[in-house]
Amino acid sequence: MTPSERQLERERYRRHRARNRGAVAVVSTLVVLGGLVFLVAQSPGWPRVRETYFNVGDARAVLPDVAKAFWLNIRLFLVAEVFILVVAVTVAIIRVVPAPALAPIKLLATIYTDVFRGTPTILVVFLIGFGVPALGLAGLPTSLFWLGVIALTLSYGAYVAEVLRAGILSVHPTQWASGRALGLSYGQTMRHVILPQAVRRVAPPLLNDFVSLQKDTALLSTIGLVEALRVAQVDSGRTFAFTGYVVAAAFFIVATIPLARFTDYLTVRSLRRENGI
Amino acid sequence: MLRAESVRKSFGAHEVLKGVSLQVSEGEVVCLIGASGSGKSTLLRCLNLLEQVDDGDIWFDDREITDPRIDVDDVRRQIGIVFQAYNLFPHLSVEQNIVLGPVRSRGESREAAHSRALTLLDRVGLAGRAGAYPDALSGGQQQRVALVRAIAMQPRLLLLDEITSALDPMLIGEVLDVIRDLRREGMTIVMATHEMPFAREVADRILFMADGQVVESGPPEQLFTAPRDPRTAEFLARHRG
Repeated sequence: MTPSERQLERERYRRHRARNRGAVAVVSTLVVLGGLVFLVAQSPGWPRVRETYFNVGDARAVLPDVAKAFWLNIRLFLVAEVFILVVAVTVAIIRVVPAPALAPIKLLATIYTDVFRGTPTILVVFLIGFGVPALGLAGLPTSLFWLGVIALTLSYGAYVAEVLRAGILSVHPTQWASGRALGLSYGQTMRHVILPQAVRRVAPPLLNDFVSLQKDTALLSTIGLVEALRVAQVDSGRTFAFTGYVVAAAFFIVATIPLARFTDYLTVRSLRRENGI
Repeated sequence: MLRAESVRKSFGAHEVLKGVSLQVSEGEVVCLIGASGSGKSTLLRCLNLLEQVDDGDIWFDDREITDPRIDVDDVRRQIGIVFQAYNLFPHLSVEQNIVLGPVRSRGESREAAHSRALTLLDRVGLAGRAGAYPDALSGGQQQRVALVRAIAMQPRLLLLDEITSALDPMLIGEVLDVIRDLRREGMTIVMATHEMPFAREVADRILFMADGQVVESGPPEQLFTAPRDPRTAEFLARHRG
């Protein structure tokens, strides 16, 4: 079917308007960015700053070492993330289950979230990284890698548990009723009806926490793990400049972008499915 | 099949059910009518153990299901309920909504549950929508899926809680057709409804509730044409318009 003359005219106008808007966006972006670059480059201290922070030679020299060390950050992140999810789901569920028999465990779960959400992550890292080996107990891990993973898990487990708990509580009670009315047990309703909806709802804040976790793997440099930030620090001590830090920062930024796009993709996909678009 | 005796239920200081008794036999269709707030929904939720009664007994076959030692999941497998607001699971497709109960709760095989889901969807005219998500369906379609979800559990008793109240008049008919079919097949049904002509058509017995009590019950012809209680007469007069 051929569209009517009026419809063709409307579409011509819409294309024209879209082109105009696109042009305005491009020009204004160029003006703003160009202005900023110009301003910075014109500043009296720019040559010094460029030499200290953006030295291409230094960057090239330190890049392989930082890259190798960053692989440790990635491994820390991936391993900690799995443990965090397990801890968080467990704690969140314990806190919402209305079983009186669980009262002591619920109390423990509440204390855990209160304490670890309130303690600065770097303190947890110190406590676990130096405190646990100092106990000298047999069977406790002594590898810095695992101590680091434990510290991050304790700290982030509490955050993520609270995010998940909020998600669980936000699912409407009628969903519980429908699940239970089908003869599903409490656990089955939680697993198949409530949790999937809760996780979908809190996916953006959850991923936000994981981006933050990715960066906080750098805190583990303080207990002696030679990860990207530590390598940059060493390099900085050698060159008396900060280009190494900038290189390390670039790695962190680049690593978080896929995670952010992945969140966007998940959100759009579930919206699309559930709204039948 | 089902017998409730002097069931009481309060929410806070508000007593919603003030000693309601009810009997339903196998294959019977019982309609609950009455103004909003008269306790119809609460009664249905009590029968399905979604609400705990404060007093009184409910018997299903020879089991007292108000006994706290009873396996509530087993009772709910046999007593299905459909809600006014459909309450489909938004994160699952139509087909997944339907097979969840049979597979997880009744322990059926995926294949068996799947093929019955498709047969039932076909019967309610939704054969093509098995893969759709609830929010993509109209209200009438969602409510038919909710009915199928309940029926797929092969319950012995079906409770319907004002299932057409959220639908516009165009869509009510398609849902009522499904109930007519179920009745023809001999399903035992207790339904709360505001559709008076429909209640009169399908019910074997009608219970009129007011203020948390059953005021009057009887066969539809008698209750509609010669109500004994003045409150029934007044309610019916208002609903005839």
